[in-house]
Amino acid sequence: MNATDTLALFPLLLVAGTAVVVMLGIAMKRSHELTAGLTLTGLAASFLSVCAVAPLVPRQVTSLLLIDGYALFYLGLVIASAAAVAALSYRYFAKHDGQREELYLLLLLATLGCGVLVTSVHFASFLLGLEVLSISLYGMVAYFTGRRQALEAGIKYLILASASAAFLLFGIALIYAATGTLEFSSMRDLSLGGSSLALLMPGIALSVTGIGFKLGVVPFHLWTPDVYQGAPAPVAAFVATTSKTAVVALLLRYLEAGPQQSPAVFFLFSVIAVASMCAGNLLALRQNNVKRVLAYSSIAHFGYILVAFLAGTKLAAGAVAFYLVAYTVTILTAFGIVTVLSTSEGDADDLEDYRGLFWRRPVVASVFTAVLLSLAGIPATIGFVGKFYILASGANASAWPLIIVLVLTSVIGLFYYLRIVVTLFSAAPERQSSMQRLEWGSTFVLGGLAVLLIWFGVYPAPLLNLIRSAMGGL
Amino acid sequence: MILIVLIAILLLGGILAAISARWSTYLPRWISLAAIAVDLVLAVRIWSGRSLSASIAWYDEVDWNWVPNFGIHFHLAVDGLSFLMLILTFFLGIIAVLCSWTEIREKIGFFHFNLMWVLAGIVSVFLAVDLFLFYFAWELMLIPMYFLIVIWGHERRVYAATKFFLFTQCSGLLMLIAILALYFIHHQSTGVYTFEYSELLGTTLTSGAELAIMLGFFVAFAVKLPVVPLHTWLPDAHTEAPTAGSVILAGLLLKTGGYGLLRFVIPLFPRAAHELTPVALALAVIGIIYGAVTAFSQTDLKRLVAYTSVSHLGFVLLGIFSWNPLALQGAIMTMICHGLSTGALFVLVGGLQERIHTRDLDRMGGLWTVVPRLSASALFFSLASLGLPGLGDFVGEFLVLLGSYKVSVALTVFATLGILVSTFYALRMVQRGFFGPNTNSWRLPDLTPREGCIMTVMILGLLWLGFYPQPVLNTFAPAMNNLQREFQIPAAALRRQP
Repeated sequence: MNATDTLALFPLLLVAGTAVVVMLGIAMKRSHELTAGLTLTGLAASFLSVCAVAPLVPRQVTSLLLIDGYALFYLGLVIASAAAVAALSYRYFAKHDGQREELYLLLLLATLGCGVLVTSVHFASFLLGLEVLSISLYGMVAYFTGRRQALEAGIKYLILASASAAFLLFGIALIYAATGTLEFSSMRDLSLGGSSLALLMPGIALSVTGIGFKLGVVPFHLWTPDVYQGAPAPVAAFVATTSKTAVVALLLRYLEAGPQQSPAVFFLFSVIAVASMCAGNLLALRQNNVKRVLAYSSIAHFGYILVAFLAGTKLAAGAVAFYLVAYTVTILTAFGIVTVLSTSEGDADDLEDYRGLFWRRPVVASVFTAVLLSLAGIPATIGFVGKFYILASGANASAWPLIIVLVLTSVIGLFYYLRIVVTLFSAAPERQSSMQRLEWGSTFVLGGLAVLLIWFGVYPAPLLNLIRSAMGGL
Repeated sequence: MILIVLIAILLLGGILAAISARWSTYLPRWISLAAIAVDLVLAVRIWSGRSLSASIAWYDEVDWNWVPNFGIHFHLAVDGLSFLMLILTFFLGIIAVLCSWTEIREKIGFFHFNLMWVLAGIVSVFLAVDLFLFYFAWELMLIPMYFLIVIWGHERRVYAATKFFLFTQCSGLLMLIAILALYFIHHQSTGVYTFEYSELLGTTLTSGAELAIMLGFFVAFAVKLPVVPLHTWLPDAHTEAPTAGSVILAGLLLKTGGYGLLRFVIPLFPRAAHELTPVALALAVIGIIYGAVTAFSQTDLKRLVAYTSVSHLGFVLLGIFSWNPLALQGAIMTMICHGLSTGALFVLVGGLQERIHTRDLDRMGGLWTVVPRLSASALFFSLASLGLPGLGDFVGEFLVLLGSYKVSVALTVFATLGILVSTFYALRMVQRGFFGPNTNSWRLPDLTPREGCIMTVMILGLLWLGFYPQPVLNTFAPAMNNLQREFQIPAAALRRQP
């Protein structure tokens, strides 16, 4: 590992360094403003360094990490979404008493875990990244120890994540027994005999369990609605976007190295994709809690992503990348709105909290409408271009059954999105909830995200170019 | 450039209308009216400034690179067919603003915003010649329409609006898949990624692929038109929408279905479309009769008018799939005249509802002596709807029947039966609604000058189209000549059949 390698690692090092600085800062002086400021500065610096190291790549840093265009793209996405979460957290936690500063510490560590995941090409770094992420998330989900739902969500997440990590470890052990290596890339070159294949296939299946859990796809989705509902809104946003993005990035890298070609693996993922699309959309139909609706819709959305990725053509990597950006922007905006409408008593997650919102707060409600339309994939939003891209890569690979399932289930999905839209625009209730003014931080974040949501929906060419150049490495 | 201006004026007008509602309740109405009027003038100017040389297919066009990675262009173009639809759009747009002048009293700014944006979407649909852009506009026009129904509609508005949205969205996605399939097949044979209409025209397809892709398009347009088994959203949406919404739905949104068939299905997939002919003709005749019979048994006046649309649009489908110029001219005439006559009926029903707060035929009766001018207008448009010679609808349906007679005598006979039933429902509507004794002792204001103006213009329009339809047919002629080229293929195929 030489000096250039260290330079290439700078985005990760900066996040880790910020975590240390924030920890020391908290030890010296507890200040919410200062901690949030340090966190945002560190993430911003890390994001800039992602752009700065772009000319140095691709670079294999030890056998654990590979920094290439692909990794940098996802690193940028992960860091940017973490920064948005941090900015949203500031307002959300300012309303709460008690110790708020440690949340930023956990957030930075979780981001570091995500960063390691997107750069990893080795099972060791895969597991390290995943565990750093998971352990920080336990703390973040159950951050309000006084709330029953938060504790329930935290414990649920802890138990299920530990179990899935155990499955993953066992799977890795089996793969190692079969191949004798922990590097993803060496899996491709092996020509395996029958006996090692008998070890490899269960190994892959078990490792898929670990990944599937983090993505919250069926049948590993049971934690999703409870965690989304119980966790503080910004943390739920982090779970929904940053952590899932990182795991998808890893999954692509992992499967690109070999097992995807096997028909058994293809079949496995097809079943997961179809089940996720159906279950996510159907279960969301009867929900009256906005956070739970978002949870079920995220199950469906990762089903859509799997469709692109199963298509496995040149378009697929780009389609997945674009869809993840679209999904991240949309979901962050959604949770941003939940955040700004929440009070110190609880999160604004009941559908009734949104009744007639348009007539009270037209701008917030318009942005929320755009979010819902984007999730439904209606034109002029980023979600539409994402869905178009996925359908295009599916059509290119002639994966018609999957595409038909996608289309039919997304029409079901439209139904519950429209239900929320109707609520937003229905007559306002008699009881007027107190009007809070937005402070500039969340206004800036929400405004920026909303602009991206529409801008890339109407003119996606710049983002497509960026993805095309970044994905050259894969 | 002027095509972009047409759309931009509507979009900006909508935003201005929404903002101006803060200061005055009349400002949004005037702004919308002015914006659409300017568009109407501009559209007429395109027509008068068109070049008549045969080598130029379009009157005017704009072509910008939009998403080069996928070969997507922002390509708008106007020919005779789109021009007729544009004029209809702006005309009915003005009517829609006028007829909601007193009906809409709440959230006026946002109402006009949606009204203008749905018009902008419809205009883009009629102008788009890039298939991606077409789909984009096709979906985008739904959202403001959805809001129009869901916010300002009647009792069961949420149910109706959701049904409308789900039907169109589901069929639209099938069309998107079909567009993508066409796009990739075109790339395989030529190596070029493009959504450009004129380039996709010549794509060579295997007959199986052509049929599958054509069906994707056909379903989307059939839901809009509507073709009978897919029509169930229509009576609900038309009934629950506010008057302006009903006028736009019946007058314009349904026409996008007919337009899509003429612009895309027949030119892009002539062989497959011809294979579909027997099915399409049967569905058309079923629609004509079913719509008319169902209309006859309605008691809700608005629902009655909605079902007559199903019947009239059956003639459009019959005309398009009869594969000859006469029937085609009839189809386009029916599309335009149906926009006027049904639009006017919806305006009248809306005006009645404002006065007597019901749409139930059983609770009406004896209105003739109370509101003579309104009743006379209703009689006029009912007669237009049943196809009285001298009015536009007659010309359209007569031409369609003439054309379809050459294809199938039996089907033409059945379609004519549909016209017979339309006499029943139209006369029943007038008798039950307006004639008879004034048992409810109504005392109501007659047509206001504003409503009088709307009616006069629409009556004159229908008379003009009825007595002198030639300008419309002339404008449509070049576009039809292009379509006729597609007829040659199936005609040849027909001859080969024993």
